[in-house]
Amino acid sequence: MTDALLSVRNLRVEFPTRRGVLTAIDDVSFDIMPGEVLGVVGESGAGKSLTGAAIIGLLEPPGRIAGGEIMLKGQRIDNLGAEAMRRIRGKRIGMVFQDPLTSLNPLYTVAQQLIETIRTHADISEAEARKRAVALLDRVGIPAAARRIDDYPHHFSGGMRQRVVIALALCAEPELVIADEPTTALDVSVQSQIIDLIKEICAERGAAVMLITHDMGVIAETADRVAVLYSGRVAEIGPVTQVITAPEHPYTVGLMGSIPTLTQDHARLVAIPGAMPRLNAIPQGCAFNPRCERAFDRCFAARPEPLPRGDRRQVACWLYDAVAPAAEEKANV
Amino acid sequence: MNRFARIWDSDIAWSFRHSPVAIVATIVALIIILAAVLAPWIAPYNPFDSASLNLMDGFTPPGEPNQFTGNTYLMGTDNQGRDIFSTILYGARISLFVGFAAVIFAMVLGIGLGLLAGWRGGWVDSLLMRVADVQLSFPSILIALLIFGVARGFIPPSMREEVAIWVLIVSIGLSDWVQYARVVRGAAMVEKSKEYVQAARVIGVHPARIVLRHILPNVMGPVLVIATIGLALAIIAEATLSFLGVGVPPTQPSLGTLIRIGQQYLFSGEWWILLFPSIALLLLALSVNLLGDWLRDALNPRLR
Amino acid sequence: MLAYIIRRIAQSVLVMLVVALVSFALFRFVGDPINSMVGQEATIADREALRDQLGLNDPFLTQFATFVARAAQGDFGISYRLQQPVMELILSRLPATLELALVSGILAFTFGVGFGVYTALRRNGWLSNTIMTVSLIGVSLPTFLIGVLLIWVFAVELQWLPSFGRGDVVSVGGWPTGLLTPSGRASLVLPAITLGLYQMTLIMRLVRAEMLEVLRTDYIKFARARGLANRAVNFGHALKNTMVPVITITGLQLGSIIAFAIITETVFQWPGVGALFINSVRFVDVPVMAAYLMLIALVFVIINLIVDLLYYVVDPRLRVDRAATRH
Repeated sequence: MTDALLSVRNLRVEFPTRRGVLTAIDDVSFDIMPGEVLGVVGESGAGKSLTGAAIIGLLEPPGRIAGGEIMLKGQRIDNLGAEAMRRIRGKRIGMVFQDPLTSLNPLYTVAQQLIETIRTHADISEAEARKRAVALLDRVGIPAAARRIDDYPHHFSGGMRQRVVIALALCAEPELVIADEPTTALDVSVQSQIIDLIKEICAERGAAVMLITHDMGVIAETADRVAVLYSGRVAEIGPVTQVITAPEHPYTVGLMGSIPTLTQDHARLVAIPGAMPRLNAIPQGCAFNPRCERAFDRCFAARPEPLPRGDRRQVACWLYDAVAPAAEEKANV
Repeated sequence: MNRFARIWDSDIAWSFRHSPVAIVATIVALIIILAAVLAPWIAPYNPFDSASLNLMDGFTPPGEPNQFTGNTYLMGTDNQGRDIFSTILYGARISLFVGFAAVIFAMVLGIGLGLLAGWRGGWVDSLLMRVADVQLSFPSILIALLIFGVARGFIPPSMREEVAIWVLIVSIGLSDWVQYARVVRGAAMVEKSKEYVQAARVIGVHPARIVLRHILPNVMGPVLVIATIGLALAIIAEATLSFLGVGVPPTQPSLGTLIRIGQQYLFSGEWWILLFPSIALLLLALSVNLLGDWLRDALNPRLR
Repeated sequence: MLAYIIRRIAQSVLVMLVVALVSFALFRFVGDPINSMVGQEATIADREALRDQLGLNDPFLTQFATFVARAAQGDFGISYRLQQPVMELILSRLPATLELALVSGILAFTFGVGFGVYTALRRNGWLSNTIMTVSLIGVSLPTFLIGVLLIWVFAVELQWLPSFGRGDVVSVGGWPTGLLTPSGRASLVLPAITLGLYQMTLIMRLVRAEMLEVLRTDYIKFARARGLANRAVNFGHALKNTMVPVITITGLQLGSIIAFAIITETVFQWPGVGALFINSVRFVDVPVMAAYLMLIALVFVIINLIVDLLYYVVDPRLRVDRAATRH
């Protein structure tokens, strides 16, 4: 896996608090190949956004990376100095945030923000940068881009602003784009347009995407592979078709049960009982054990590590451990 | 868990135990308040008992024996031979009395008007909030000064001395009600629109009960913060007015009056008449301010 | 835009009328103006004649209208205490106050914004913590005490600077200024620091709080995520957004500076309008009090107006929204 664009190994993110250190991300590993779309799903608080923030080096204090490595094209980036990391942000890793209404500085025109970003990463003239900015706005689907570029953010609708945000994230041609719930704050009617835009434009430029969302539907349509996060750990990761058609981790099974589909004749959505544990009350063993219908004594005793399950697929669940899993399960069923 | 343990374990108490500033400020403020309240019992002299004053004792430097009488005073004496330490204790008593009274007055007035504005809404609300806006755009010390000046104008000269302290309290209180009113009005408007309040009103629960049970508890935190910082402001306002010679009458000198007196002897070298009351005022204002600052941060962790 | 300005001016006029009413009530009902103007030996008939002559027997509204009309022309009558026209007194002392206020305002703004930005960016540095602690002491120190302590140190002990008065002044186009003479400048130092210190701490704490707030926003995070240089993020994006609310409040502080000048002028015996006002309060010199009240209100109203317009220039959002959404 040395040809991976981004390689996260055993990442651990901690928050020191007055009642002790909370581990928000615990031993998370995954790879993103060049041009690949990796979907990252999980409930709020599972550590999706934190993983994104850790990769781009923008964890908010007191949060800190306490262990593991993040490699971009084989180069370690989690221990870079502030200035070296700044050069990577925007230029090699772009980021799209959740809320387009608050992502743009209200006091600067779109042109000012685009040109400033382009010229930060490329040594070109103002006029040249402006030309690029107009072309980019046009590409992301802003009508009359040459004229509207001098408008302020508040002149644009939410969907249009998210297009501007995408243009800003992509304007220095990064190899990887982290999109953190890019459609959550938008109208349902424009959500799929924005997702399609991100997918298309990244494919065009050969940029890989890490798409963070809690919407399994979006993942199914967009991603090549998917990582399911639960309580700061990877529960299951693998090619999206396999994970969706044949989920293995009981949590993933539950998530699949909660997607509404047109073909389901019994119009019943299965909800996973209970809620994800808080960071200061993660149970011993597998963090999912209180909500898991198939939990057995081993799940309460020790934490399952990701087990390889075929081609680039891993599941962190004792059910799939080689040591007498079948017998245990039969006994349970 | 019993009540005390619960309080001890609360976030506020935790924040207090881990803030040396808050602890020191509380101790200093408590010492000053206690010393002021107990002034008649702990002051070595009664500075207002003219029979016990000896002009020969005047201008005694701190800690040195007087050249005529041989008496020694911890913080020296002023021009009339009054013990500075004792005048500070009595002065702090007046400063604190005016400060607390003004804060209570402002708080009662502000909460009352805030509830009225928030609960009644309509033109009452518009009028009160417009007045508040205008008042808020002027510094409160100026408002207090103007109210004081106007009030003095209406009071016959013969009574001015007598009621000066009450006029002062009302002036400072009136200059500082706006913030309470705004907070309480906001809370009243929020609660009023909630369904349980609507329901309670429909079944005829007395508004006073809704106000006491639901609105006031919600604003206790912010009101406490405003009141603490307001106390520091009121003490400073009183000291300022007294320093300007328009506050408390000279027969009841507060810390501000003492500083005004001390300033006159600065050029002749009797620095202690100025210095010790200044330190007392600074410690008092600073400790109360620090407490207010800490309280605001502790109740609103986001601001840190 | 135009409608908005007109509405703001109308509001200002309304505020001025309310203040005029207070001034008038003060003027008319505090004490008996006749007593203040004639001696003890005047007969009742004399007094009545004077009342008629001054219009004191006219209906309330007529009297108020007369008061406003005369005030608009700068006629506030004669000072009871100094027996001079009030407007003349105020005008002769206004330059001293304005000069003091302006210098302190510039000091307060420059250092306030500088320290505020510094302490926000270096949040937990030792220098930031020191500045914050000192600023809390500054807020707790009453203005008059700062003045007195400065006099003690720099005028009495070190004897570097004068402790009272304005020094030599020269007249520039009818405006007596102390800025052009060495003694005038020396005399300005301590009062300007005294007056500016408190405002500086306020501005500094405000800038710090606003800046911290802005630094937490999504658009700052997004700016960082795009790899913009720290300098561009902090001083371009963050500072500009910080300045929007800061301008409003700082503008209003300018009014406070003029009001706080009362205290500073008393401490340093600065020959300005504040000292005049304090004496008028002490001696219940109503015409001077009324005129000062109107003057201060006018200053505040004008500053408010300017600040609102400035706001409009700085924040593009208001150019469309505000005129439309304000009721």
